[in-house]
Amino acid sequence: MSNEQKHLKHKDESELRALLQREFPPLLSTELPRDLWPQMLLRLDAQPLRVPWFDWALAAAVAAILLLFPNAIPALLYQL
Amino acid sequence: MELLERFVAGDLEAFEALFRQHQSEVYRWTVRIVRDTGAAEDLTVETFWRIYRARERFDPAAGSFRAWARRIATNAALDHLRHARKETELSEDYPATPRGDPAVGREVRRQLRRAFLELPAKYRLVATLALIEGEPYDQIAEAAGISVALVKVRVFRAVRMLRKKLGSFGLEATAK
Repeated sequence: MSNEQKHLKHKDESELRALLQREFPPLLSTELPRDLWPQMLLRLDAQPLRVPWFDWALAAAVAAILLLFPNAIPALLYQL
Repeated sequence: MELLERFVAGDLEAFEALFRQHQSEVYRWTVRIVRDTGAAEDLTVETFWRIYRARERFDPAAGSFRAWARRIATNAALDHLRHARKETELSEDYPATPRGDPAVGREVRRQLRRAFLELPAKYRLVATLALIEGEPYDQIAEAAGISVALVKVRVFRAVRMLRKKLGSFGLEATAK
């Protein structure tokens, strides 16, 4: 890139920077108006119930055993 | 056990302590990107929600919580810019500075605003932080998870896109 091209690129950027900053003032000193922890708690409470994968695997294994060995059902019920 | 280690282990009190320590900073960073106070509050909560869900992936020894939170906040803000409708992006929370230059007409300003809001989200993100907020390129790169060179490329392309759009409107972007 020649010096002239660099100069034009820099000038282009500076002009747009000035225009943009006039239209969208920088927000360096914006402060949080309130504590957001209550909202965070609501978000945490609203999380869907997630069943761990190993629980699903265990349920599938029990179902498969009962399907393959129906005679085991009374023994299982007795244990419960 | 240290606060960060307790947080990684799923201790809610540790998470609350981190939330209270960092919520203001995450909010300040986010509002500078999305320029909408309501959206920035929602995105701050969204950021910490993502942080909480990803806590097991955080390694206290590898990096700072602040930098990690800022990276996640940047991604959340970027998602917001991608999905927010154009109409709702024209927030009046921060109107233009009243000391307007008469040389910059209302039409130029309107077209500039429209052209800026029409930038693809990833360009708008770096253009907002670099050109409007004056954030150093290395800070933008770290927050966006890209190289400094790529930040420079995106700023350059954003300037070119804005210049082209303003040109197509038959307007000259002059700041005289």
